[in-house]
Amino acid sequence: MNLPIYLDNNATTPTDPRVVEAMIPYFTQKFGNAASRNHHFGWVAEEGVDYAREQVAKLIGASEKEIIFTSGATESDNLAIKGVFEMYKDKGNHIITAVTEHKAVLDACKHVEKLGGKVTYLGVKEDGLIDLAELEAAMTPETILVSIMYGNNEIGVIQPVRQIADIAHKHGALFMTDATQAVGKISVDVNRDGIDLLALSAHKMYGPKGVGALYVRRKGPRVKVTAQMDGGGHERGMRSGTLNVPGIVGLGKACEIAYNEMESEAIRLSALRDKLQSALTVLEESYVNGNVEHRLPHVANISFKYVEGEGLMMAMKDLAVSSGSACTSASLEPSYVLKSLGLSDDLAHSSIRFGLGRFTTEEEVDYAIEVTKKAVTHLRELSPLWEMFKEGIDLNSIEWAEH
Amino acid sequence: MAYSDKVIDHYTNPRNVGTLDKSSHKVGTGLVGAPECGDVMRLQIEVDDNNVITDAKFKTFGCGSAIASSSLATEWLKGKSIDDAMAIDNMDIVEELALPPVKIHCSVLAEDAIKAAINDYRVKNGLAPIELEKSHH
Repeated sequence: MNLPIYLDNNATTPTDPRVVEAMIPYFTQKFGNAASRNHHFGWVAEEGVDYAREQVAKLIGASEKEIIFTSGATESDNLAIKGVFEMYKDKGNHIITAVTEHKAVLDACKHVEKLGGKVTYLGVKEDGLIDLAELEAAMTPETILVSIMYGNNEIGVIQPVRQIADIAHKHGALFMTDATQAVGKISVDVNRDGIDLLALSAHKMYGPKGVGALYVRRKGPRVKVTAQMDGGGHERGMRSGTLNVPGIVGLGKACEIAYNEMESEAIRLSALRDKLQSALTVLEESYVNGNVEHRLPHVANISFKYVEGEGLMMAMKDLAVSSGSACTSASLEPSYVLKSLGLSDDLAHSSIRFGLGRFTTEEEVDYAIEVTKKAVTHLRELSPLWEMFKEGIDLNSIEWAEH
Repeated sequence: MAYSDKVIDHYTNPRNVGTLDKSSHKVGTGLVGAPECGDVMRLQIEVDDNNVITDAKFKTFGCGSAIASSSLATEWLKGKSIDDAMAIDNMDIVEELALPPVKIHCSVLAEDAIKAAINDYRVKNGLAPIELEKSHH
């Protein structure tokens, strides 16, 4: 076992060596521009792109004509939301999303608001799932798009996408989903799930960074988005820019591997995750954040009350994990996702996200359990809050000096 | 962000972790910060009849820099007179631990904790609390 151990697979994943192998020829020998239509080099590159398009489409049950390659999920989210807003402005100007979405969705929606659009940000229940009745109530004749993520990046909860799609469609709106964390981890099928637009990224599923895709439905209904970048009219006019051929080939290969392996991999990972979770929730005052039934197989987000996340991570120095603590991010606010579950700020500060992956071994999980237990115990010995809790003092009864 | 060796040292081997008897008139307790902000420091001093700090203990809920700042503060407090302790400035802590700008608030909190402990001691012993400047945050 090599240290440090990587348990932050929701942030990014290592590129699978099989993916790297597939990409390499496209840097040096098959380096052509896929848009060069009249010579061999162009054709070879285009062939690679076409094949990748099929591999991506197959993973999500789409047709290859419905795949638009982008630089990643952030671009896909932006293109979908801003592109739909622009394309369907005669139909309406209202978009519905949720407060637990990724910043790429939330900030694209804020941009739409600046352009005169109306956006409803649905809250979530304390398990992290949206309330379908609330969604239904928010729908108006002006609603053109409902954008709700498939699986959450911080807590891993899986939204009821099929029901969300049905509600959107009943009111004549499109359904878009940021499926960055879900595609390649669990079965995602655009037809079964009623998805009209879907954002995905290669580097979250053992592919390279800097490449992703947007699925845009072509039949029932035919969806169009206005391009957000002007140029050579690549990708059916929806996304200009010379195609990142090696990246796209890598994304395709990553999708193919996921298609073949994710089912058994999900079983293996959820068993390891459950082992980790049960071992750590044995610790007093530790809580799992988010719905545990409807959850991605590789994620566990746990709050260890009375210890602070960043301090805790420092004690877990051979483990790469992430925390909802403010100290770990540029802003001074703790995770907005955890806060939207109704978690108090101190519990949000005390959270650790464990993200297992394809290369995580049981030995590593066992090690992670030991290190985490030791770190929590060590930090609680240092924690005045833990001492007060043990003495039966109600922390809410203290007048804290906010700073 | 990488931590300095001194922060790591104090974090890994924190000095003077513990609790003094807060009901004793010789003991001053400072509890600063708030759980919602992700930092709470409790710093305690024990003072002898000559106004010299004979013991200091801390417990901190917070990041590594907050723990290191309070650990360092207890080290510095032991053996100092109350007047010298009052003079400890947060920038001394920043310098000693090589704290980056985003962690300066940890040193401020440690300075606040020292002053709060001294004032608690003063009030317990019938002295007026020292007026503190609220310039930091």
